[in-house]
Amino acid sequence: MKKRKLFTVIGVFSLLLLSLTFMSLDHVDATNVTGTSSDIADFYAFEGDNPDNTVFVATIQGILSPGGITENAVFDEDVLIEFNIDNTGDFVEDLVIQAIKRGDSIYFFGPAIPNQTGLESGVLTSAASHLVQISSTQETFITNEDGMSFFAGPRREPSYFDFNRFIDISNGDAAPAGFYPPEESTDFFLDLNTLAIVVEVPNTLLGNAPPHILESQGAISGLPPAYNVWVSSKRKE
Amino acid sequence: MKNYKIKSYKSNVFFVFILITLIFIQCKDDDDNGNVIELISCDDGIQNGDEDGIDCGGSLCLPCQDNQLNFDGNFVQEDIAGRPGVNIIFGITDLSKNNFNVSEVANRIIFQEDFQEVIESYYDIYAISLDIPTDDLNYENNILNWNAETFTTIMSNYDALQVAPDGPTTYYNATNNLVFTGRNLSDDVMDFTLKLMFGGGDGTRFDGNNDTPQLTTDGVGLGDRDFTLSFPYLEAPLTLE
Repeated sequence: MKKRKLFTVIGVFSLLLLSLTFMSLDHVDATNVTGTSSDIADFYAFEGDNPDNTVFVATIQGILSPGGITENAVFDEDVLIEFNIDNTGDFVEDLVIQAIKRGDSIYFFGPAIPNQTGLESGVLTSAASHLVQISSTQETFITNEDGMSFFAGPRREPSYFDFNRFIDISNGDAAPAGFYPPEESTDFFLDLNTLAIVVEVPNTLLGNAPPHILESQGAISGLPPAYNVWVSSKRKE
Repeated sequence: MKNYKIKSYKSNVFFVFILITLIFIQCKDDDDNGNVIELISCDDGIQNGDEDGIDCGGSLCLPCQDNQLNFDGNFVQEDIAGRPGVNIIFGITDLSKNNFNVSEVANRIIFQEDFQEVIESYYDIYAISLDIPTDDLNYENNILNWNAETFTTIMSNYDALQVAPDGPTTYYNATNNLVFTGRNLSDDVMDFTLKLMFGGGDGTRFDGNNDTPQLTTDGVGLGDRDFTLSFPYLEAPLTLE
């Protein structure tokens, strides 16, 4: 029984190792998205400098080396980025903020009620829309309008993790020591860039937040109401 | 060797006319037959060539007005991200990750058992390396008092960020005992997730002390990143200069 379990462990993590080509923090993604224009690297949501606002950050196509690779990274006009907001607690999106490239700008639609939820979407062209010129490595463009702020373009990679050591741990090559102490660890993302889309939205446009999901499931007590949010990338058929 | 010169005035005019025309018309041949040329112009009522919209934008036409842009189409999910690091830590095989990326957030309970097996596999690796029977080294309830089933259900089934409109947003703040009310750029989400997986009841079970592996922190922090900026909050990209 022990031998079978050992082979299972080795087999599982050999598969994991084989599937790795790029690394990122949603980053080590599956091979069907890794390195593609729909690859989401990471996602953040936090209160803005104005505490009545929420900021959504999606990093796309991460792991960009400075220089030519960053300069040549572009958003894909066939890829729709959607920030999804569930404000009822059922993990189905009640509102979306959509972002898609046209020309030298990213066009944003929403926050608005989507026509359909789940794995397929159409662009909500009848919703309130805004646009921002895509920034370059030399120039930063921001749109401030209707209480919202928008940015799209290359940024320094904000995520940090000793990703290589984690891979060693996953495939059993770091046992028994585990991760390195701080002076020996390496931040895989330290000198890299990524494409990013940043939207800051007044909370009044997001509706009332439902009871915190972890509170309502009895997993933690004392948490404030909270939206459930996620980001998706969708490609035009 | 004879020199050939265009002496005719008519020929000069003709060639200038052709040149001017070519500035405004682009020829495209994308058929398989190889010999039919499609004329594209900024005046044909069709979005073609590299136009951004109908008869506008691209390399040849005037920039589009917003109402000329074409946003038609059905878009199908290819990637998704909610809670940080879920796919990286729990996605055991490429097939599992591929399926996860194209799954709906509300439909993830099918992954809960897979995630629980992954946790057991990590513990097995360390049991083997420490020469402990694998049945004797297992996950213990973490600092939030979650058992393995609760932990993996939350990681798989509720794979979204919770962000609170009222009050501070943080993934984990030990000082004020606040968790899962958002994710700031500076939050060390990987350390917190590792602590939940390997830290046991007080967060120190596998912290590298007392001959235990260091599994509750990767030893990496912010470095020289600046997270004090105003909108768009992320730093300008690094350049080679």
